[in-house]
Amino acid sequence: MNDILSNPAIRKRYATEKRFRAMCFGAVVFALLFLVFFFADLISKGWPALQQAEMQAEVSYSEAVRDGKYRLAVDKRLRKIVSRGWLRALPLYLEDHPELVGTTTTKWVVVIAEVDQYLKGHPNKLKPKYKKLVDELQADGKVQLAFNTYFFTRGDSKMPELAGIKSAVVGTIYVLLLTMLFSLPVGIMTAIYLEEFAPDNHFIRFIEVNINNLAAIPSILFGLLGLAIFINFFGVPRSSALVGGLTLSLMTLPVIIISARVALEAVPDSIREAALGVGASPWQAVWHHILPLAMPGILTGSIIGLARAMGETAPLIIVGMVAFIPDAPSSILEAATVLPAQIYTWTGEPLRAFAERTSAAILVLLAVLLSLNAVAIWLRQHFEHKW
Amino acid sequence: MSTANILFIITAGIFPLAFIAYRLGTKKALSGNGGVSLHSRPGYYGWVAVVGLCFPAIAASLIASLLHLTGLYTVPLPMLITAGLILGAGGLWLALRAINPELRARNFVEAIIKWLLLIASTISIFTTIGIVASILFEALHFFNMVGFWDFITGTEWDPDTAFLAGAGRGAEGVAQAQFGSVPIFAGTFMITAIAMLVAAPVGLFSAIFMSEYASHRVRSWLKPMLEVLAGIPTVVYGFFAAITISPMIVNLAESMGLYAEATNALAPGIVMGVMIIPFISSLSDDVLNAVPQELRDGSLALGTTKAETIRNIVLPAALPGIVAATLLAVSRAVGETMIVVMAAGLRPNLTWNPLEGMTTVTVRIIDALTGDQAFDSPLTLSAFGLGLVLLVLTLILNIISISVIRRFRLKYE
Repeated sequence: MNDILSNPAIRKRYATEKRFRAMCFGAVVFALLFLVFFFADLISKGWPALQQAEMQAEVSYSEAVRDGKYRLAVDKRLRKIVSRGWLRALPLYLEDHPELVGTTTTKWVVVIAEVDQYLKGHPNKLKPKYKKLVDELQADGKVQLAFNTYFFTRGDSKMPELAGIKSAVVGTIYVLLLTMLFSLPVGIMTAIYLEEFAPDNHFIRFIEVNINNLAAIPSILFGLLGLAIFINFFGVPRSSALVGGLTLSLMTLPVIIISARVALEAVPDSIREAALGVGASPWQAVWHHILPLAMPGILTGSIIGLARAMGETAPLIIVGMVAFIPDAPSSILEAATVLPAQIYTWTGEPLRAFAERTSAAILVLLAVLLSLNAVAIWLRQHFEHKW
Repeated sequence: MSTANILFIITAGIFPLAFIAYRLGTKKALSGNGGVSLHSRPGYYGWVAVVGLCFPAIAASLIASLLHLTGLYTVPLPMLITAGLILGAGGLWLALRAINPELRARNFVEAIIKWLLLIASTISIFTTIGIVASILFEALHFFNMVGFWDFITGTEWDPDTAFLAGAGRGAEGVAQAQFGSVPIFAGTFMITAIAMLVAAPVGLFSAIFMSEYASHRVRSWLKPMLEVLAGIPTVVYGFFAAITISPMIVNLAESMGLYAEATNALAPGIVMGVMIIPFISSLSDDVLNAVPQELRDGSLALGTTKAETIRNIVLPAALPGIVAATLLAVSRAVGETMIVVMAAGLRPNLTWNPLEGMTTVTVRIIDALTGDQAFDSPLTLSAFGLGLVLLVLTLILNIISISVIRRFRLKYE
């Protein structure tokens, strides 16, 4: 052995071997490090948004407040650091609760985003005067960071302290349900036809090539399709969950077809032949035997396809789903937005407090997507038959 | 009266009626003259009745919506519903009359099912036709206003005054809008090239590590880990590129005495490269695994090291597949939208310097369609012109790579 290694030519070749191996390993490490850095960065940026500064203040529900002078609800000293959006909502609140007029309560109220950023030690533009005030209040325990419920219970807002993801989440659910409703049946039907019934002719081969090509077309072009066909030709309302769902279902269709075909193909012929042998018709063989056996595989592929649709933004921007939506849509024909589009809109906001909320929204989106993928993997491992 | 409403009425009205028809059909079949056994199971007769009910009603509403869409005639809603009910009742009556124990209900229903399946599979064709037609049609509009040749060879993209022409004030002495797409394509290729410079080596070496060096266990968790990179939404990558990577690059360039714009081409390029690593690594991994083990064994038996075997035997054998994977990745990168929209800037810029901001085809498409100009202005329509080029480009890349992969598979399988 030592003889071989003492040969300089061989030593050189072994060194090359080691270098090559290290390079390969390095590539993997690079990708994994990026992943770690990526998640660490997003989590460190988004985590603080789960907390929100609030202040204990005396709120007087006077008649003047009900009649529109909402600024009078809070003591003058504190007025400037209380969220204006919160104050502005007071008259409406009092109209719904007339029995409160004339009373005074002490409660925790939302403060402006600058105070929030100051308390978290982030860069902010709070004036020194108010910084002192906040410090004093904090010493008295009248200012604190609490769990940010507004982020999950409110829609979009121009004021970062009041902006939340609720309307985007509702929009995402609508769009995904519609996508599922359109693309799942059509996708599975297509796969069944191509796998079980289709004759082998030019037309069918054309369909197959076509599906493979569709799977590789950039998603933005599906947006152009949605704009030209669904909105301009069929008259589906712009920005609505319906047009978003239709566009995304066309985009998801090839993914579902391809994975469903793989799942159907994996069911052994013996099952088919046995069913036909005892007198089942071709459709009965598919419906009673092959489809149930292929279902875990089909579901896995569909979940992965839907997860992709859920993270998709570009086609939805083109069909107008990046609108400013403060209230959750109540029908599929109303203007709606989705979580990725909300992330996109917030990225364009210059205020730093929005960057924090964007990261938090990203964390929510990634958590949902990763758990969807985990469910898909779990389904595959626990229900898929190994033949 | 929108199409969506029509669809809603069909589904809400037809389901309960179909259930009744199903019950009627089964009952009719079972109550047939005793002694004769049924040809099919009773449910099939129920389905015959459902088909009898639904087919004419759906056909009528489809024709009505077609008339409405083409603008020929809008059928009033009450009339449509009445017509649907009458036709459905007629169809149901015919179906019930036809039902008798000897009717081959199973064959009939399955023929219908087969037709439905066939119709479902043509939807993908209609999608392709829809994409091609919508883009081509509007792109032709655009090329009527802006010469195709000017579009392909022009080096100035300055569409800001396009709305004047749209408003009929084209001749007011303001500089003409220019739609020269060269800087846009240059930006696209620059960012794609940066992405490929990151993705190709990292993806290929990762694939080699996974298929040649890693143990089975390592590989089984490494591959899903890398695929997480492909599962992250592009809007998240865009945010990451704009908020984290871009400032890092600006600082880095500053420390080296260079000037980098905040929306440089490098940040989106690098992040996009990372995004497509799994495309290359997964596909190349499959390709490398398809290379027969005998080739490796033969080479190793001659005394080569593993690295020499990989470089001289395995990689050349797998080359077509790797090239195809790279082409697929390029087509992915060219069509990628959100990362560049959020991090690459809007300014068409013909330069070799990746530290400057430049724009891409997809950015201009988004920008043109989210602007406030009328739909028939050249600026809005330019999105379709650019979309057409993008479509043709990705189709060519896909077709080449798919055929290369297929030939590669035929060679070794």
